[in-house]
Amino acid sequence: MLCATSRLLAARTATALPAQPRGRGPGARCRRRELHFPGHPELDLDDFLTGRLARPSVPVGRRAILRRGRMPPAVGGGPARSELRPRRGRCGPQTARVVGPDETAKPAARSRKRPGWGSRHFEAAGRWALLALVTLLSFATRFHRLDEPPHVCWDETHFGKMGSYYINRTFFFDVHPPLGKMLIGLAGYLSGYDGTFLFQKPGDKYEHHNYMGMRGFCAFLGSLLVPFAYLIVLELSKSLPAALLTAALLTFDTGCLTLSQYILLDPILMFFIMAAMLSMVKYNSCANRPFSAPWWFWLSLTGVNLAGALGVKFVGLFIILQVGWNTISDLWHLFGDLSLSVVTVGKHLTARILCLIVLPLTLYTATYAVHFMVLNKSGPGDGFFSSAFQARLSGNNLHNASIPEHLAYGSVITVKNLRMAIGYLHSHRHLYPEGIGARQQQVTTYLHKDYNNLWIIKKHNTNADPLDPSLPVEFVRHGDIIRLEHKETSRNLHSHYHEAPLTRKHYQVTGYGINGTGDSNDFWRIEVVNRKFGNRIKVLRSRIRLIHLVTGCVLGSSGKVLPKWGWEQLEVTCTPYLKETLNSIWNVEDHINPKLPNISLDVLQPSFPEVLLESHMVMIRGNNGLKPKDNEFTSKPWHWPVNYQGLRFSGINDTDFRVYLLGNPVVWWLNLLSIALYLLLGSIIAVAVQRGAHLPAEVEGLTQVLLRGGGQLLLGWILHYFPFFLMGRILYFHHYFPAMLFSSMLTGILWDTLLRLWAWSLASSSLARGLYVVGNLSLLLGTAYSFYLFHPLAYGMVGPLAQDPRSPMAGLRWLESWDF
Amino acid sequence: MLGFLKHPVVVTADINLNVVALTAMGLLSRLWQLSYPRAVVFDEVYYGQYISFYMKRIFFLDGSGPPFGHMLLALGGYLGGFDGNFLWNRIGAEYSSNVPVWSLRLLPALTGALSVPMAYQILSELGFSHCAAMGAALLMLIENALITQSRLMLLESVLIFFNLLAVLSYLKFSNSQKQRPFSPSWWFWLTLTGVACSCAVGVKYVGVFTYLLVLAVAGVHAWHLIGDRSLSNVSVLCHLLARAAALLVVPAAMYLLFFYVHLSLVYRSGPHDQIMSSAFQASLEGGLARITQGQPLEVAYGSQVTLKNVLGKPVPCWLHSHQSTYPMIYENGRGSSHQQQVTCYPFKDVNNWWIVKDPGRHQLVVSNPPRPVRHGDVVQLVHGMTTRFLNTHDVAAPLSPHSQEVSCYVDYNISMPSQNLWRLDIVNRDSDAGVWKTILSEVRLVHVNTSAVLKLSGAHLPDWGFRQLEVVGEKLSRGYHESTVWNVEEHRYGKSQEQKEREVELHSPTQMDVHRNLSFLARFLELQWRMLTAKSDGSEHKYSSSPLDWVTLDTSIAYWLHPRTSAQIHLLGNVVIWASASLATVAYTLLLFWYLLRRRRKICDLPEDSWLRWVLAGALCAGGWAVNYVPFFLMEKTLFLYHYLPALTFQILLLPVVLQHISDHLCRTQLLRSLFGALLVAWYSCACHVFNTLRPLTYGDKSLSPSELKALRWKDSWDILIRKY
Repeated sequence: MLCATSRLLAARTATALPAQPRGRGPGARCRRRELHFPGHPELDLDDFLTGRLARPSVPVGRRAILRRGRMPPAVGGGPARSELRPRRGRCGPQTARVVGPDETAKPAARSRKRPGWGSRHFEAAGRWALLALVTLLSFATRFHRLDEPPHVCWDETHFGKMGSYYINRTFFFDVHPPLGKMLIGLAGYLSGYDGTFLFQKPGDKYEHHNYMGMRGFCAFLGSLLVPFAYLIVLELSKSLPAALLTAALLTFDTGCLTLSQYILLDPILMFFIMAAMLSMVKYNSCANRPFSAPWWFWLSLTGVNLAGALGVKFVGLFIILQVGWNTISDLWHLFGDLSLSVVTVGKHLTARILCLIVLPLTLYTATYAVHFMVLNKSGPGDGFFSSAFQARLSGNNLHNASIPEHLAYGSVITVKNLRMAIGYLHSHRHLYPEGIGARQQQVTTYLHKDYNNLWIIKKHNTNADPLDPSLPVEFVRHGDIIRLEHKETSRNLHSHYHEAPLTRKHYQVTGYGINGTGDSNDFWRIEVVNRKFGNRIKVLRSRIRLIHLVTGCVLGSSGKVLPKWGWEQLEVTCTPYLKETLNSIWNVEDHINPKLPNISLDVLQPSFPEVLLESHMVMIRGNNGLKPKDNEFTSKPWHWPVNYQGLRFSGINDTDFRVYLLGNPVVWWLNLLSIALYLLLGSIIAVAVQRGAHLPAEVEGLTQVLLRGGGQLLLGWILHYFPFFLMGRILYFHHYFPAMLFSSMLTGILWDTLLRLWAWSLASSSLARGLYVVGNLSLLLGTAYSFYLFHPLAYGMVGPLAQDPRSPMAGLRWLESWDF
Repeated sequence: MLGFLKHPVVVTADINLNVVALTAMGLLSRLWQLSYPRAVVFDEVYYGQYISFYMKRIFFLDGSGPPFGHMLLALGGYLGGFDGNFLWNRIGAEYSSNVPVWSLRLLPALTGALSVPMAYQILSELGFSHCAAMGAALLMLIENALITQSRLMLLESVLIFFNLLAVLSYLKFSNSQKQRPFSPSWWFWLTLTGVACSCAVGVKYVGVFTYLLVLAVAGVHAWHLIGDRSLSNVSVLCHLLARAAALLVVPAAMYLLFFYVHLSLVYRSGPHDQIMSSAFQASLEGGLARITQGQPLEVAYGSQVTLKNVLGKPVPCWLHSHQSTYPMIYENGRGSSHQQQVTCYPFKDVNNWWIVKDPGRHQLVVSNPPRPVRHGDVVQLVHGMTTRFLNTHDVAAPLSPHSQEVSCYVDYNISMPSQNLWRLDIVNRDSDAGVWKTILSEVRLVHVNTSAVLKLSGAHLPDWGFRQLEVVGEKLSRGYHESTVWNVEEHRYGKSQEQKEREVELHSPTQMDVHRNLSFLARFLELQWRMLTAKSDGSEHKYSSSPLDWVTLDTSIAYWLHPRTSAQIHLLGNVVIWASASLATVAYTLLLFWYLLRRRRKICDLPEDSWLRWVLAGALCAGGWAVNYVPFFLMEKTLFLYHYLPALTFQILLLPVVLQHISDHLCRTQLLRSLFGALLVAWYSCACHVFNTLRPLTYGDKSLSPSELKALRWKDSWDILIRKY
């Protein structure tokens, strides 16, 4: 019976695999099994599936140790008894082979029947073949019907457009770091896309434009997620069935599939996250040979991938936290190992600082350097940045301009607010309407360049024309009392104890006086932030505040839009709260003064660190600005793991080509169940251990896999999911997918362990083996079948909606909230 | 059994005179001239109005915290015989004679005073010397900010009291765990921990951080207990169950109890009603209940109803229509259907009435017997005053161009046929044949032709729409959202056939009688939800500050200024204590890391018991500081210096811990130790001196001259008020 089952399985796998390892005859295995492990089938089965065997090079003594750590696969190089990080010398044989994915060494060396070289060769080839199969299947599903629909889907309109901006070298602004879009642009460039498609709105036809390069690039990275997950699970659990289950879950998940098929940042982000995780796991298993070549390789690769993840989206921070946690606990263990000298620990620490902090930071900065170098033309992103920044962009009116450097009395200037999207200080001939403060001339801020933005700096006490050539040039200094006269209307910037039109707690700002003659309410003290008294004031670079002399308030803009009487420009107020906020800080942009020598603005150009800092500030502010409105439907984090609601990628009506981003419910609900089961099982085991229960060696090995490997994955899931509950910004369903990858890997490990535990608890070995095989197979096949049911979601469908019995999705709308 | 006959009954009193003295000093410092500024001081203006609401039994909603704190303040008012008649509108307003200022301020002052001896107790329970414990209490005693905050009708001192009580009782409990588990005192302290935690949460939500800290410490201790092999499985289970009951069940029950008392105290309708759902409003006395009392429950064909949006944001409003039509062309050049406007109107109005009509019949009155409308039925809605049908069609809405316009159909525009059939979707139905119920049913109106859903978009229409709110047909309704859900608020069975009579009928009030009530749990859940989602007006405040300013005391708050002299009350900390407490926290952290690293290398600097004491003290004091401080960085509301006081209290407790540790373990010779002791005395006198200097600003009892005030302005950012004469 036992042999029959395994033969059956062998036959089945052999059909799927071109080079299935068939090292040992099933008959021999059966016999041996009875001999060594009564009532404990897993080892053999695993043996059978992985074709595991001992290397002849293993010294006898070590082999003995390894054999004790029986429950095999799980225990890996014997970490059952060691700490998280296997100590030096414990698992020698394994480490020599860490590099290859096939080398998931298992220690169950059978010294008695050592297979020959040929069969070993076969088994290694088999494991390679299995990996190849997984990869192939993943690529096949991701690239199938990649060109459909031939129109812009969902956020392709953003990221495709941004890719084009790189090709056209036009400056733009986005809330995410640049790496992902740069890669998309690069892929498009290499595949012959010329950057001419406009990507205006979802639904636009691509027509002759070559979009396949960009989609193909994203699909390529998306396809790699599956083999990565496979390898991670294999490395953590040393169990092929677990890895296979994970691979199946991800391959057959419609959500991952959909998300990988379009020009989006998510496949790129997930690629880097998984690559970082994989290299971290790999370098963990090199821990017993520190400072060896593979160790350095994986360690620095982790750093590179971290930089990649953070460079695509800021949520890459979560994987950094995970790697950081892993590193800290690793160092803590090393530090507690008294056999290591402090100097050695110091070396470890330095290596990690170099590879995991310095290297990623350098790479991350480098992406920005490339970003700013490539995007050197003025474009739609200019307005978000400061005047000094804009001077860098060719095509902008500040580029290559030359203006006087220091402000002097008589200069004509424009004053720009430092907060994003507020604009220039502005006034015009219209008065504030009746009932709104004093009926004097309006002062607002205005985003566009205009003659009404020009102001003349005058001394507060004389009205003499400072441009009179007989007078010497007098520079404006920090702390001076000045008057600002509006050039077009000759009224002074003025404030007084009247309520501002919209912000009731602030004072009104008006234009007052005739031909420059007003009253003492026109006097302002000009101050440069963080400077000493007496310093001159620089164009562009100085951050200035204007403080009203009489009331002591600060000139600022509330950012609120005035009603129609104010031409929907923004409100300017004088705020009595003296805190330094960007709303009340200004800089001088244009500057005309015939008496002063012009200098090229290049001198004033910000340095690279300043540019870097500024673009981060703008991005963070942009992200915080994405707030949901009350009356809109928004996706809530709790919706995600339950697969409560999908996202429409394309199409609404029954005549459209419809693509709907929704996880395969079977996979997702299995994941959800697995997390609950994992927590339950984990706490039972932890309590049992804490109570001092003695677990049998086999169970001990399994629990180690469950607690250590599973624990890392659970941490990954938590880190990639729970922070979203704290985020104020608008959230979307696709934010969950990195967490979903971790959750699927946890599912793989959990079910494999559960089945092994269950099989172990059964008395009859044949029943146990049968149960294990049937359990794994049914999970695999069930997932595959559910994919067959739900695949139209990802590959697109035309025809009636799901309510209609003729629809391909008829009867599959299991939740009312899904609309496809 | 009858032991008392054989032996004399003896009561041994064990009085720690230190505690008595500390309590007395605490009371003196907090209660002295308690009713002195007989005027509204700072946030009293805010809490005072809630006290008045309690006195008048009027329902209110305050998103800033659960009701227990407010109730405690109101208790003071109740005991002082306050009738609630005072207009809390201005800081600095003189209290009228009916306001019992002393008793209103008594409770916060008492809790503030008791915090002083509690600091002593906590340090002794932590196993530190009597000297260190005295030090902690004396520091609490002369902390100006704590005194100021305790002497007014504010809640921070109450919160601090319950925080400390929770920590103290947990320590007492865990100390008695070692000797006599399951003894009465063990149970007492365990339960008191839970009760104190729930009280802290009940006063302010931030109390939850201390609760979590205590839970975490209890969790770690319980985990050690599980690992204790000398205990049987059953006794471990008993231990765990007792803890779970006292630390999880009791607080939850207490929290519910606060709301129960709150809801039974404030049963009258008041100014905040509008925020609540119709059902909640109807459960209050007066207000909506007076109108809806006795309405027929089941909506029938021919019913006259008003429909209220369930979300009610930005303002609660009712479905409304009026004679005016949509402008032919909008300002941006788009066209409209030019039919009658349908809006959402935030005031009661006769134009809010709609008649539910059966599409198959012409009658607009209720038949006898009434035919109830059920889930899934198709209905028409007729506007009562204009007799036009609620309609939507494929025309972009005025402000939300992605949604459909909703109008009352006018038949002059023949190119646009009427599409006025709506399917009723009762969201909270019991069964698929559920009947549409007044107030209780939440319904969605789904348009039959286009399957658009009637929705409040939240945008204000321009002047042509009288600034009312826009109502649209949402085509892409992704699942449930409260803005698409409506409920019937006012309801009566229509009787008049003729339009003229009907208009008269619509103008007359509805009257009939049945009584409805919501269960406590439903009311609690709704109230709690509204409190948590209530938006604080994120307006900036002159004295708001950021958490970074707090540690260095870079900010102050002017609480009150005497109307004539320059006597004033300021929230200002004792600079010496703040600085040294922060230093102590840094020192503790560094030392802890140092010891941890050395222990990892198997070098133990401290004996095991003093190491454990050091760690536990750090977990509770430094941990208490961290959990009460760090979360503020993530909060988006307006923050003030007084939010730091709970964290500061824990930091003050940490100070003597660090000092004693330095003296015991780092001063190696007797000489050094004596020197250190002398230094401490000097330092404490310095703190006393600062306390004394700032005292006029703490109590506000002495008018200082401008030059003296200027001399007190030690930091530029302190906003001490100086009168210009």
